Amino acid sequence: MTIIKGRTGEWEMVIGLEVHAQITSHSKLFSGASTTFGADPNHQVSLVDAAFPGMLPVINKQCVVQAVKTGFGLNAHINLESVFDRKNYFYPDLPAGYQISQYQKPIVGKGYLDIDLPDGTSKRIGITRLHLEQDAGKSLHDQSPKDTYVDLNRAGVALMEIVSEPEMTGPEEAAAYVKKLRAILQYIGSCDGNMEEGSMRADVNLSVRRKGEKKLGTRCEIKNVNSIRFIMAAIEYEAQRQIEIVEAGGTIAQETRLWDTTKHETRALRSKEEAHDYRYFPDPDLLPLRLDAAWVEDLRRALPELPDAKKERLMQQYGLKAYDATTLVADQAAADFFEAVAKGRDGKLAANWVTVELFGALNKLGREISHSPISATQLSELVGLIEDNTISGRIAKDVFEVMLETGQNPAAIVQEKGWQQMTDMGAIDAAIDAILAQHADKVAEYKSGKDKLFGFFVGQVMKATGGKANPAALNDLLKKKLS
Amino acid sequence: MGFVQYAPMDTETVARVARLARLAVSPDQQKAVAGELGQILAFVEQLNSVDVTGIKPVAGVHDDALRQRDDVVNDGNCAADILQNAPQTMADFFVVPKVVE
Repeated sequence: MTIIKGRTGEWEMVIGLEVHAQITSHSKLFSGASTTFGADPNHQVSLVDAAFPGMLPVINKQCVVQAVKTGFGLNAHINLESVFDRKNYFYPDLPAGYQISQYQKPIVGKGYLDIDLPDGTSKRIGITRLHLEQDAGKSLHDQSPKDTYVDLNRAGVALMEIVSEPEMTGPEEAAAYVKKLRAILQYIGSCDGNMEEGSMRADVNLSVRRKGEKKLGTRCEIKNVNSIRFIMAAIEYEAQRQIEIVEAGGTIAQETRLWDTTKHETRALRSKEEAHDYRYFPDPDLLPLRLDAAWVEDLRRALPELPDAKKERLMQQYGLKAYDATTLVADQAAADFFEAVAKGRDGKLAANWVTVELFGALNKLGREISHSPISATQLSELVGLIEDNTISGRIAKDVFEVMLETGQNPAAIVQEKGWQQMTDMGAIDAAIDAILAQHADKVAEYKSGKDKLFGFFVGQVMKATGGKANPAALNDLLKKKLS
Repeated sequence: MGFVQYAPMDTETVARVARLARLAVSPDQQKAVAGELGQILAFVEQLNSVDVTGIKPVAGVHDDALRQRDDVVNDGNCAADILQNAPQTMADFFVVPKVVE
């Protein structure tokens, strides 16, 4: 729990998130227009999406499938009957003057997910509901000084609105929640989780109260925050803002605010006087959505392995620590990559090379694991070379650098550079003899009790052999010779 | 069954509902509109006199399941049609007066 020290005492915050996740589908929720990102303006719009008179919505079966699968991923209750309602408001990018959404009877009811916190513990966060709804179009305000440009390509694309219980108590928990939710959606394949392209956006509901107080404070809603970093920053700013108002004797106005990504502050969006009144009512164009229990059960059985189950399995099967397993399963592609590397290898060693060396390199290159310059097969081969003592762990790092640059296979690099570990006892023996002869004075010092010099001899022999002497063999031989 | 006359709506509610629906109802029209809406509501409220105890609510007169379609792209790509009636366009965008908050 995050505690904030104010002027008059300690404060805590209460946070709930509403996440809008764009459903992965070829066509829109109620029309046959394409959902591909980045098309020319208004080229992926049907007469249904543009709300021409007489057009009727017909629901896309795949979107229903995705919502049900996601519901199972959130351990939630699936409602076999749900209802579509009209949410009425006026805005230029909402051609019908209403959004088709679900209000009192959503497709998915209560569930939960377990978030992984930075200190290694986990916490269960309740899910209130998940419902299906249409996205709106896109308004561009910066193309002209006097006009707004409207593109309806996104209008009618299917969204899942996933609402959490107000059970998070700080920015880290909110970030962990979004990360876990994104991972689950990606594993299920119901949303690509791409926050930059707007496939996932969060509304943050936040209130503050004095530490230990049971009563909730008045909350504000921060709309459409589109990255985990911004969610954390908006929470920190907003909590501070509310505390300052209350401590100065003021009261919080329940309002909608937005996160200004350049000024790093939240500011009021809609005034209280324009309080939301969406005049929801059941959409007369759409009958209730009824699902067959057996069909729903088939979807549950066909679910892929989800992050928490995969984490458990990686720990069991490969002997990984919770920390490494959590890091790997956060991204399905990373977990798959790891399993390909670990095939027939030592799991812990493989995990180390993926999470430390490879992730470090990808970070520097600014690349996703799907665009890794080193393939899983290549990294597995490198781990194999360490395991069979062809090269030492230290030389392996040099090989890794060359792999990054050239894309060559590790065995070929080792061969070409002559980096094989010296396991020939005779050669190591000769190298040791040469060093000891060169440093007769130090040998004498060592024998008179200066034990620390052992490290010096090891270093010298390593240097003379270009780092290729097998460290264990070298240690053994050197000990014998110096005794 | 007689026609039940309910008290007419007040002008405040009329003004609020009109604003939500973006309808221009001037103050001198409000009283007349309140009377008309009140009559419509009173007419509909006759339904309250029917005893529906134990009857399951239905969404429509056809008690069918919602028809579903396959996830295929077979529509769109008709920007010219979509934009045909727009008062102003630019490079296939609709152009409207600035609406930034």
